[in-house]
Amino acid sequence: MKRLLSGNEAIAYGAWEAGVVVGSAYPGTPSTEILEAFAPMPDVYAEWATNEKVAMDVAIGAAYAGRRALTCMKHVGLNVAADSFFYASMTGVEAGLVVVSADDPQMHSSQNEQDNRRYAKFARVPCLEPSDSQEAKDMVGAALDMSEEFDTPVMLRITTRIAHSHGPVELGERRPRPPRVDKYPRNFTKYVMLPQNARPRHPVLEQRIALLAGFAENFPYNRVEMGDRRLGIVTCGVSYAYAREVFPDASILRLGMTYPLPRQLISDFAAQVERLIVLEELDPFLEEEIVLQGITCEGKSIFPVAGEFDPQVVREAAIQAGLLPAEQRVVPAEPAKGELPPRPPVLCPGCPHRGVFYVMKKLKLPVQGDIGCYTLGGMPPLNCIDTCGCMGAGIGVAHGADKAGDAERHIAVIGDSTFFHTGMPALLNTVYNRGKSITVIMDNRVTAMTGHQENPGTGLTLQGQPAPQVELEPLVRALGVPAVSTVDAYDLRAVDAAFKAALAREEPAAIITRRACVLLPEARRQSRPLRVNREKCIACWTCSRIGCPALRRSDEVYAKTGRAKSDIDPLLCTGCEVCAQVCSQDAILFRAQLADS
Amino acid sequence: MDKINFMLAGVGGQGTLLAGNILADVGLAAGYDAKKSEVHGMAQRGGSVTTHVRWGPRVDAPMAGKGEIDILVGFEQLEALRYVEYLRPGGKALLSTHKIPPVAVTSGGAIYPDEARFKGIVEQVTQDYLLVPAVEIARELGNARVHNVVLLGALSCWLDVPAAIWLEVIERHVPAKVLELNRSAFARGREFGTQNH
Repeated sequence: MKRLLSGNEAIAYGAWEAGVVVGSAYPGTPSTEILEAFAPMPDVYAEWATNEKVAMDVAIGAAYAGRRALTCMKHVGLNVAADSFFYASMTGVEAGLVVVSADDPQMHSSQNEQDNRRYAKFARVPCLEPSDSQEAKDMVGAALDMSEEFDTPVMLRITTRIAHSHGPVELGERRPRPPRVDKYPRNFTKYVMLPQNARPRHPVLEQRIALLAGFAENFPYNRVEMGDRRLGIVTCGVSYAYAREVFPDASILRLGMTYPLPRQLISDFAAQVERLIVLEELDPFLEEEIVLQGITCEGKSIFPVAGEFDPQVVREAAIQAGLLPAEQRVVPAEPAKGELPPRPPVLCPGCPHRGVFYVMKKLKLPVQGDIGCYTLGGMPPLNCIDTCGCMGAGIGVAHGADKAGDAERHIAVIGDSTFFHTGMPALLNTVYNRGKSITVIMDNRVTAMTGHQENPGTGLTLQGQPAPQVELEPLVRALGVPAVSTVDAYDLRAVDAAFKAALAREEPAAIITRRACVLLPEARRQSRPLRVNREKCIACWTCSRIGCPALRRSDEVYAKTGRAKSDIDPLLCTGCEVCAQVCSQDAILFRAQLADS
Repeated sequence: MDKINFMLAGVGGQGTLLAGNILADVGLAAGYDAKKSEVHGMAQRGGSVTTHVRWGPRVDAPMAGKGEIDILVGFEQLEALRYVEYLRPGGKALLSTHKIPPVAVTSGGAIYPDEARFKGIVEQVTQDYLLVPAVEIARELGNARVHNVVLLGALSCWLDVPAAIWLEVIERHVPAKVLELNRSAFARGREFGTQNH
């Protein structure tokens, strides 16, 4: 029976069916659900690692120990794990190792879009690309078999529209396998990459890729579908689906293995068609290889290099290039809408980060941000983040600006999970290198933005086992920060006092703002909506400066100014009392006052 | 066999993902090939969310493009307006009357489109739409959260799939303790759709 599965779920099933025993990953959209789906499956070990590099090392360790392993990350996660990706390619493995890279064209939830097929070529690692959920599942097994046959990690590359699209999948049985080694390898020349051992390995990599290129010629997922020979399309991944949709009659060469390429298959295909085009999202990765072979083809001269495709984008580009007749153009309506109010993601009602940003904003100091829910502190009306590049960047950036001699005192904000990810070495650097920037660790006790995953501060592992809970304050003190304070994120006075104390001293400071994410079950249970006392409200709208979705304008007007008095949506308000503290008139009832009134 | 492209548009937290899962599974159960595509993004943070569902004898692309949607299901008015041009000119729209003003409106002074502006924009794309007070109907049944299944009930009137298949799929997707509530929500939505053609 076929089940509707997302690409991510399908990969989890594929890993399970192919006998994977260890999975390690760090959450990152669009890859997160792979390990979430894998973790509850029988007879597997699955963990959230502290970051993607550690996750990859863990998977490599399992593969060295002769058991099949899986690691998953979003595209920028591979940037973090790249060092490990390269050495795994150099050493090879004892059992299959599959590295899932879930890229995000269109940056639906990322700071950039990058084409991670380039990493495959860069590291001399074969790359497989499924075009739907069924292939996502089946290719995991193919990747692991290839990994063992050719002694190499294998990249399985997907994109958001594969990861988060659902299609019918036929499931199978688990094919467990015994460990491929009796004893952990003691193979000095293969696994210890001292220069004397590494030097002979490079030619091995080159030879391995040449062998794989030969293998690619007959790889069943590299498939020619001949149709009308006037147009030949080389394509891969989800673009294959768009090719079939938009060019139903054309001849198609669908590459399921996008590195290394089957040169003979490509030349034979090119020779049979009149006009050869390449349909791929992001980089002209295939196009460049085909051009290197001396074959004329068109890719980025027709289709965009930035952003994701959809059938309309492809069709429109094709019509412009004369590949399709203009009659096929789909003309959407162009309704005059005027300005519709935007609806960007915002901090939830009751988010503990909100009040901290409100306090920080008043300091008028530069704030270096980082990646997590708290990045939304940069959105209006809080507008309290000045830079945000990647995981763990803010602390280093603040220190760099400080050491460059910038006159202002610098603040860096970082979440608990991000701190464990890459923030710790950065903070140690600030202390060691005598910086004086202030680091705010926004500890909401969970890896929130990616969907509330466990981390070393939560007390539970991915598979639900109790885990030691790291205490941030002792950890930060141990790194050597002289001034550390922990405050309740909801207590604006305490937050303000902590900043004042930190600013008074020319030394590095850490302020830990602590309060559980309001969406966690325990916090949800304690939610209680507040109320505005309309008699006291003077419609100054100071409360609206915190940007809480639960605050709105009432239909009652303050006579003196004609402005609408404030109101609280009882369905959204959680009772955090940040607005009550901010109110200039004590017009918003605190919880204690609700009982009285 | 028809090809149908659906688009569900709403606000994070409204249950559009569940509705999309049900709709895609109904397609499969009814003998279509079906695919679904969504963007999780930062949806939980009250942002705009869309889900594409496609039914057909064979479905390749997991989503359709602008102007290719046959049926737009709006779970919230502003989001329906935001994506209305994805609907094929003259296509069908099932539009909840529910409004969730964004922070730009509640705190920022932006104006939420009123009824006249709403209809004015929709009617530039199609005259074939049905307004459904899905949240009110759900509240009458005891829980506003099932408004998404009310909308599916109304949608079912436009599709040639027996109610029994819908109910069987719904049963697979909701916890047992709310099954009756969801069955009622579907039934009331379907009743509304039938009465208000």
